[in-house]
Amino acid sequence: MAYTETVDAHDHHDHPPAGIWRWLSTTNHKDIGTLYLVFSGIMFFVGGAMAMVIRLELFKPGMQFVDPAFFNSMTTVHGLAMIFGAVMPAWVGLANWMIPLQVGAPDMALPRMNNFSFWLLPFAFTLLLIGFFVPGGAPAGGWTLYPPLVLQGGDSFPMAIFAIHLMGASSIMGAINVIVTIMNMRAPGITLLRMPLFVWTWLITAYLLILVMPVLAGSVTMLLTDHFFGTSFFSASGGGDPVMFQHIFWFFGHPEVYILILPAFGIVSEVIPTFSRKPLFGYEAMVYATASIAFLSFIVWAHHMFTVGMPLAGELFFMLSTMLIAIPTGVKVFNWTATMWRGSLSFEPPMLFALAFLFLFTIGGFSGLMLAIAPADFQYQDTYFVVAHFHYVLVPGAIFSIMAGVYYWLPKWTGHLYSMALGKWHFWLSAIFVNVLFFPQHFLGLAGMPRRIPDYATQFADWNMVSSLGGFGFGLSQLLFPILIWKCVRGGEKAPAQVWEGAHGLEWEVPSPAPYHTWQDPPSEAQIAHGAEH
Amino acid sequence: MKMKKSGLLLSGLAAALLTMVAPTAQAAWALNMTQGISAISRNIYSLHMMVFWVCVVLAVLVFGVMIYSLVRFRKSQGAVPDTSLVHNTKAEIIWTAIPIAILVVMAVPATRTLIETDDATKTELTIRVTGYQWKWGYEYVGSGVTVLSTLDRDSNFARQLGSGIDPNSVPNYLLNVDHALVVPADTKVRLLISAQDVIHSWWVPALAIKKDAIPGFVNEAWFKIDAANTGLFRGQCAELCGRDHGFMPIVIDVRSKADFEAWLRTQKALQQPADAAAPAAAPATAAPASAANAAATVRAAPARS
Amino acid sequence: MNAGEELRRANRSLTAKLLLCVAGSALFGFALVPLYRVLCEITGIGDQQTLRSAVQVREVAQQGTDMTRTVTVEFMTSLPTVGNWQFRPAQETMAVHPGKLYEAHFIARNLTGHDTVAQAIPNIAPSQAASWFHKTECFCFSPQSFKKGEERVLPVRFFVDRALPGNLDRLTLSYTFYDLSTHVAAR
Ligand code: HEM
Ligand SMILES: [Cu+2]
Ligand SMILES: [Cu+2]
Repeated sequence: MAYTETVDAHDHHDHPPAGIWRWLSTTNHKDIGTLYLVFSGIMFFVGGAMAMVIRLELFKPGMQFVDPAFFNSMTTVHGLAMIFGAVMPAWVGLANWMIPLQVGAPDMALPRMNNFSFWLLPFAFTLLLIGFFVPGGAPAGGWTLYPPLVLQGGDSFPMAIFAIHLMGASSIMGAINVIVTIMNMRAPGITLLRMPLFVWTWLITAYLLILVMPVLAGSVTMLLTDHFFGTSFFSASGGGDPVMFQHIFWFFGHPEVYILILPAFGIVSEVIPTFSRKPLFGYEAMVYATASIAFLSFIVWAHHMFTVGMPLAGELFFMLSTMLIAIPTGVKVFNWTATMWRGSLSFEPPMLFALAFLFLFTIGGFSGLMLAIAPADFQYQDTYFVVAHFHYVLVPGAIFSIMAGVYYWLPKWTGHLYSMALGKWHFWLSAIFVNVLFFPQHFLGLAGMPRRIPDYATQFADWNMVSSLGGFGFGLSQLLFPILIWKCVRGGEKAPAQVWEGAHGLEWEVPSPAPYHTWQDPPSEAQIAHGAEH
Repeated sequence: MKMKKSGLLLSGLAAALLTMVAPTAQAAWALNMTQGISAISRNIYSLHMMVFWVCVVLAVLVFGVMIYSLVRFRKSQGAVPDTSLVHNTKAEIIWTAIPIAILVVMAVPATRTLIETDDATKTELTIRVTGYQWKWGYEYVGSGVTVLSTLDRDSNFARQLGSGIDPNSVPNYLLNVDHALVVPADTKVRLLISAQDVIHSWWVPALAIKKDAIPGFVNEAWFKIDAANTGLFRGQCAELCGRDHGFMPIVIDVRSKADFEAWLRTQKALQQPADAAAPAAAPATAAPASAANAAATVRAAPARS
Repeated sequence: MNAGEELRRANRSLTAKLLLCVAGSALFGFALVPLYRVLCEITGIGDQQTLRSAVQVREVAQQGTDMTRTVTVEFMTSLPTVGNWQFRPAQETMAVHPGKLYEAHFIARNLTGHDTVAQAIPNIAPSQAASWFHKTECFCFSPQSFKKGEERVLPVRFFVDRALPGNLDRLTLSYTFYDLSTHVAAR
């Protein structure tokens, strides 16, 4: 359905077509948002199941369950599924649902592309997962795909590369859609500096995506031609350089980690003010800090490569630039804290998850700072210390804030309030087990346990067992999440338009559940003012 | 109220789990890295500890303020929001400036250590290190002595899927090799690190050296072990290099200068005739570290034939 | 309707611009390959590619020899496969004075059992030394043909730049010998 039809149609067909066809053909931003979120949830459990296999094998020393090669496939596909399957689609799903509501637009700017970009994903991941059933097994060279190892892959190698191309194309289209929607479709009166922070952080994220996803696509294409067409971009035998792949990969990779976390900053910047009943402290500083993090993310990439043998000047440059990132990150943490200062706090599930984000992401930031110190990184690099670091920023960082977002907006989507008690159970189990799971990995790394190994020396046994128990606990606790969502979709207490007492923004000006079509007529100045005040 | 109860319950549960695990403990619950055996490794250790304590202090301050707010400004306790508090230039300048100062303070010793590690002049011995899938080859440049270092037999039997052998019964499970790299203490040793097939990474925590071994490229690293620190030190490959990446440990056998010289002379005598007779002998195959080639002799000349 | 048309046009044009950005970044991704070399050179990381091209002999004459300084050059060889070649330096090390031209030799023997062509790929450690290590002649400048079972001495003529930083006193010139026939066959 073309955009103009949506705007012009006065016959508001509030009832979408029924059945599967609705989901295949939909161009409605809410439907597509739902599709993305459901897909992300599925991939979260697929990737999670692989994590359970990993933790099971690592429960105690000795090889008990899987072959080392299969273990490597587990870590590789777990990483790819979580990053490209769980976290990124969740962000795009939330963007689809919320950005039009928050900027007062009737839909995303490019509805047909929206449908297409979603439907690429199931194909991409089918292609990736089929890898388990072809000769040579699923990709096992790590999600970082370093050559020459990745070139030793079996038939799944070209499939994985093609899957990455599809995921990349999908994210690029999603990003273009977000930018065009935000730049062109804002309701009159919503100036850039009146946009909610979720919209701001997504705008910056979308630009990052456009700038780096094509670079990833290029680098994996070069892998493909090295493997099949006799080029030697990354092979010394033809005058190429395997380290150059790492440079190009991390030129994409570091901005990519910020793609995973910037929208989280946005969500937390909405949730904390709501449940502190106080506007966000330092709104503009938050916008500038986000922008400077995005900028810095382009000049720090080689901190992932301190051990490849860079000369002194390179190590120094990347050490210092990485340390700089701590400053805007610190500004954000201080602003969130100042938002709670002299507020009036209550602890509903969205706030709980946002608070866990605040504490635990900060721990990940501290370990990031430690990793930035190049000489110390010689000891941390490629150990469980790094595993602990990036899981702290990704699980209680990105994943918890996705959950905060879902708990925040779920009543708006379904029109029902969910069970607060179940939500709190989900929160407490997750928050405790995530620490039991990941905190001991700091100790393991410092004690000398390398990452990506299926078996380990006996002195690492104790903390690995604790970590595995935490892992099983965390995995099981996540089952509460779909149960709660399912129950909330099916029924429950009727949600009012303004679900949370202290919530700001235009999304609370439309009824709950949000009708199939919203903001056909742009919000009035009064609604904008009301939304802004709350 | 209800929430607090469930929180308590859960932390109790976690604590119970922890105590359940504790009795099975066999080795120390190691928490931190060691100081290592060289001046550089001690430098890096103190750098690590300095940054760690800076983080701890910052964490106490930041988390302190957060927890204070959580307790003090609760709606249930009748807190009234001060909605005018949205901006405070002075505070914002302070919390930007102080971190910058802290970063500068950390950057100075880090830079100094980095410069120190970079200074590879006046080395007295060069050893070539070559990574293979999945073992390490060493060559003492100048004397032609070579060592091929594979996972030891016992570990290798025990680590097979479903071997039924308890890893706890294997001394230094997965951290032992058939032939260790013998190095002299109190000597500035230069390593030339490379690989034959894929990227590996040579890591010995006690030396604080981790350097990638890249096919077609040569990386340089150096160490000077304190005269007093002779003995065995262990490490592992630190870059995913395929199926048996977890099974190519590194052991260095640090000996006094005199002992090392004697060892090298013996090895030279042992290896020379073999070399003369068959210069192309003993190829280093790229087969997985099986029990058979775990028993291979030190004569293998990894990169020569 | 008009407003709708206008918006549609605006959306299209912004989309087109963003697609251009995407194309630009894709190009940039590939441009990183040559850029990487340029960057290596500028930043002093050392462009190993320069080891594969010759400098003119007269540059040596211009530099003059620095007899006060001695630098050790080590020679090292690697083979990516086992058993089908022999390849070793004729001398393990050389003590050289910056600015003076030297010749070193490597010995290669074809054990593949057929006539073949091989290409040596040079590398220097530490990597930044590439900027100060010059060759006037090298067997790695072009592929080398070998008859079945042939053994040959391969020369390299080089000099170390007088501007070599003082914190470098030992350089390692290493060659990896790639058999082009097996290289192609492996594809
Ligand atoms: C204060 C901010 C941060 C700093 C200073 C920092 C620093 C670093 C450094 C130096 C490494 C390389 C460690 C190594 O391999 O030796 C690293 C790894 C990593 N970081 Fe961060 N980081 C920060 C925040 C984040 C955030 C926000 C994310 C993502 C949400 C993130 C995700 C990752 C990931 C995924 C890796 C590991 C990649 C891999 O090797 O597979 N980091 N970080
Ligand atoms: Cu990074
Ligand atoms: Cu390895």
